Amino acid sequence: MTTPALSITDLRKSFGPAKIIQGVNLEIEKGERHAIIGPNGAGKSTLFNLISGGYHPTSGSIRLNGTEIGGTKPYLINRMGLSRSFQVSNIFANMSVRENVRCGVLYSMGYGYSFWRNVGNLKEVQRKTAEILEKVDLLDKANLPAALLPYADQRTLEIAITIAGGAEVILLDEPTAGMSHSETERAVALIKQATEGKTLVIVEHDMGVVFNMADRISVLVYGEIIATGAPSEIRGDPRVREAYLGDEADALENGDAA
Amino acid sequence: MSDQTMQDFKNLAPSNSQKFTQRLLPLVVFAVVVLMIPMFNPSSLVLTLLNVMGINIVFALSYNMLLGRGGLLSFGHAVYFGLGGYAAVHAMRMIEEASYGDGGFWASYPVFFLPVIGFACGALAGAVIGWPSCRRAGTPFAMISLGVAELIAAAGFMFGSIFGGEEGISGDRMNGPELFGLSLGPISEVYWFIAFWTIVGTFCIYAFTRTPLGKMSEATRDNPERVEFVGYDPQRVRYLVFIFAGGFAGLAGGMAAVQYEIFTPEAVSLAPSGMVLLMAYIGGIRYFAGPIVGAVVLTYMQSMMSDYSEAWLLYLGILFMVVVMFAPGGLAGIVAGLINGMRAEDRNERIGRWLTVSAGGLLAFAGLIVLIEVAVRWSNGYGEVFEPFGMHLPTASALTWALILIPIAAGVGLLRLAMKRKEEGHA
Amino acid sequence: METIVFSLLNGVIYGLLLFMLSSGLTLIFSMMGVLNFAHASFYMLGAYFAYTISDASSFWLALVFAPILVGLVGAAVERWGLRTVHVNGHVAELLFTFGLAYLIDEVVKIIWGRNAVDYQIPELLDFPLFELFGAQYPAYRIFTLFVALAMLVALWFILNRTRAGLIIQAALSHPHMVGHLGHNVPRIFMTVFGVGCALAGLAGVIGGNYLVTDPAMAVQMGPIVFVVVVVGGLGSLMGAFLAAMLLGLLQTFAVAIDANFADMFGWLGLSPTSEVGRISIASLAPMIPFLMLVLILMVRPRGLLGDREL
Repeated sequence: MTTPALSITDLRKSFGPAKIIQGVNLEIEKGERHAIIGPNGAGKSTLFNLISGGYHPTSGSIRLNGTEIGGTKPYLINRMGLSRSFQVSNIFANMSVRENVRCGVLYSMGYGYSFWRNVGNLKEVQRKTAEILEKVDLLDKANLPAALLPYADQRTLEIAITIAGGAEVILLDEPTAGMSHSETERAVALIKQATEGKTLVIVEHDMGVVFNMADRISVLVYGEIIATGAPSEIRGDPRVREAYLGDEADALENGDAA
Repeated sequence: MSDQTMQDFKNLAPSNSQKFTQRLLPLVVFAVVVLMIPMFNPSSLVLTLLNVMGINIVFALSYNMLLGRGGLLSFGHAVYFGLGGYAAVHAMRMIEEASYGDGGFWASYPVFFLPVIGFACGALAGAVIGWPSCRRAGTPFAMISLGVAELIAAAGFMFGSIFGGEEGISGDRMNGPELFGLSLGPISEVYWFIAFWTIVGTFCIYAFTRTPLGKMSEATRDNPERVEFVGYDPQRVRYLVFIFAGGFAGLAGGMAAVQYEIFTPEAVSLAPSGMVLLMAYIGGIRYFAGPIVGAVVLTYMQSMMSDYSEAWLLYLGILFMVVVMFAPGGLAGIVAGLINGMRAEDRNERIGRWLTVSAGGLLAFAGLIVLIEVAVRWSNGYGEVFEPFGMHLPTASALTWALILIPIAAGVGLLRLAMKRKEEGHA
Repeated sequence: METIVFSLLNGVIYGLLLFMLSSGLTLIFSMMGVLNFAHASFYMLGAYFAYTISDASSFWLALVFAPILVGLVGAAVERWGLRTVHVNGHVAELLFTFGLAYLIDEVVKIIWGRNAVDYQIPELLDFPLFELFGAQYPAYRIFTLFVALAMLVALWFILNRTRAGLIIQAALSHPHMVGHLGHNVPRIFMTVFGVGCALAGLAGVIGGNYLVTDPAMAVQMGPIVFVVVVVGGLGSLMGAFLAAMLLGLLQTFAVAIDANFADMFGWLGLSPTSEVGRISIASLAPMIPFLMLVLILMVRPRGLLGDREL
């Protein structure tokens, strides 16, 4: 068996007395599309922050392609090939769309902290930037200031920055939150296309998106993963149904219809 | 696909003609203006003023690498200007000693290149002090810069061999090998020296904004958290930018060393640090040309207005407050707003509003001038009376107070009217 | 022994004065996030107002009305200045108060002149209170001590025993929560800013004749006030108190110590004739606050007792 892209063992995180993540175990294979679902407050965002380096784990291990990354600085994890997006648009508001994407490209192309090169002359950076913009369909808005983009486009730009560095493992935190139905559809198609062949971990509330995209699903409740499996297995799992109440259970049921 | 992408990416970047008009042309115009000035045979007074402007332009631009491009508010930028300048003065003395003594390295070092020494020393100081300063942006950075500035200023009076105590350290610029046939004796020759380094400094600082590091500095200013997730360490970005800003401030210090031939501990104190902040901010920190405008305007005010009015610092303070409150884009922002407004669809409406605002502002300002000038003369107690345009305005005259209150009231009224209209326009 | 007792007394009084001056800024900074650069300028205004009032009537009227006047000026500045700038963020606010400090400096120079004014200790208190080791100790210093303590007690009482105080305390540690409680946030800000400035003004009334009243007093005290607030920690009056006492004592003792580097580090081979060796401990006194500031920000960014980082 090959090394999993992401392998989490007995991961725990407490804030003072509050135990937010209590012993998560998860293996995600290379090229897999894995969704993490769960009710509000289950610790999904905390889990993402632990994986991407925002938080220090209290205990346990996180391995990226076999290398331990728990507690490593975010920029080091990013350089190892893991990139994430944010639930709230987290872009460079005073720069143009093109410059935003370019910020995501620069380091991966080896231009780090260089101060002797003119960005205007870096052809491969420009090509890569244009390629990403084309992939996410923002070419025609490339020179607009990012702050002036409509909400859905800002979300798209967020994803564009995330994939720009060419990371092999992509974490998306509620990429379609706040989008209309048609916008969501477009975003899903876009994400599928843009992360072709990569390992994708996605936190999402929209069950339609989850069941449409994921190869496997993990259900996180109160800081523990209560079930992991293919969408069909998850749908039939009584523990999952128990964890979800009311509307959300319906959503789970109708998931594939959406 | 790759062919098509090639085309697309060419479309994305500004066209060559855009690049020329927006980037190269302003620099060329700037250089041409600088080169043409001596053709008008300016007096030595004017030349001195121009030289100081050149120094301040580089200094203010270096400051804006921090504030405008990096989002780092520093209250101690003069430290790097001062240390660079002191290094240059010390080097100047070594050149003098070496050329009358046994020669060696310093005997062959031209005074013309002293700003390089200033740059090196400013950058070195930035590298040392920046290490603890750049961990956080925002208020902690501002406070550390203030603390460091106070410490260095206090040290300035403590280490006489470096800072020369109250009298400072002086040198003589007319030593060592001459370059470009410039003896650097007369002020007109120093002008060429200053012009050269002003253009070099401006060009280099502009070039810096175009590098990957310069771009990431802007990204770090906007969103340090996100920068971490695209592979950059924001502390490292800030630190490197800080070193460069220190270096260019030191370059300006080196220019000042040759211009004045003396440096005193005043140069590293809080006052010049505050002044460069005012220059950059009043000029406009969001525009590359902003600090240049600010440096020119404030240097002019400093040398000219201090002759006309004792209260020039008060005027400066008022100007700064007005900019902070009503025009955060600074003077450059106002000009850019005017130019963009002329192209906008609701042009006529905008022109009307500008005229109202300018009229209101001028009226209120006129009243304020009368108030301040009368007050200053009253304060001095020499019995001197403010007499603009042949009028006689003693403190106790009704005319004086009419000339103070009526313009201010009318001006404020007009300004409020303009604001109200703007709000209605938005609604 | 003599030096120690005098330094201790003077240090405590200087520390209390610093606390009076800084407590207002701690309130303002913790609640509004505004590190008011002009805070020491309000202290200066307090001294000058007191000088004018006591010149015209009496010191005791000045003690009451000068701080109130300063508070009103502060509230006006908040209402018509700071509030406009607020939307542009903390850096804009910091710059605004930076410019304000400039302005107040210049205006004071115009109204009261460039030289120090003769702001005197009231006759009633102008006598030596007791004699220590053959030296007389002025009554006014002890009066300063009592005013500062009275302010401390009053502040403590207001913060812990009144409704307004409880709101302020809540706002100190959770500034975002006040709005949710249904209070009029702009008015609270204006009041806090005004009261904070009034406290600085009170320090000015007391400190102006204890030290000296001249246009440079704001520039001298300004950065030191920052040090107290930052070292003490965000949201903590107790921290500010500790920091002020620490600074007051350290500075007073440093001035009193008659030694130089060579005396202290001679065992390391430092020569008393060298430049470093000649530096006296007393001359380091003005540097102490800033050393503390830089060290604290590097080592413990939340300050001594702060509940969150800057």
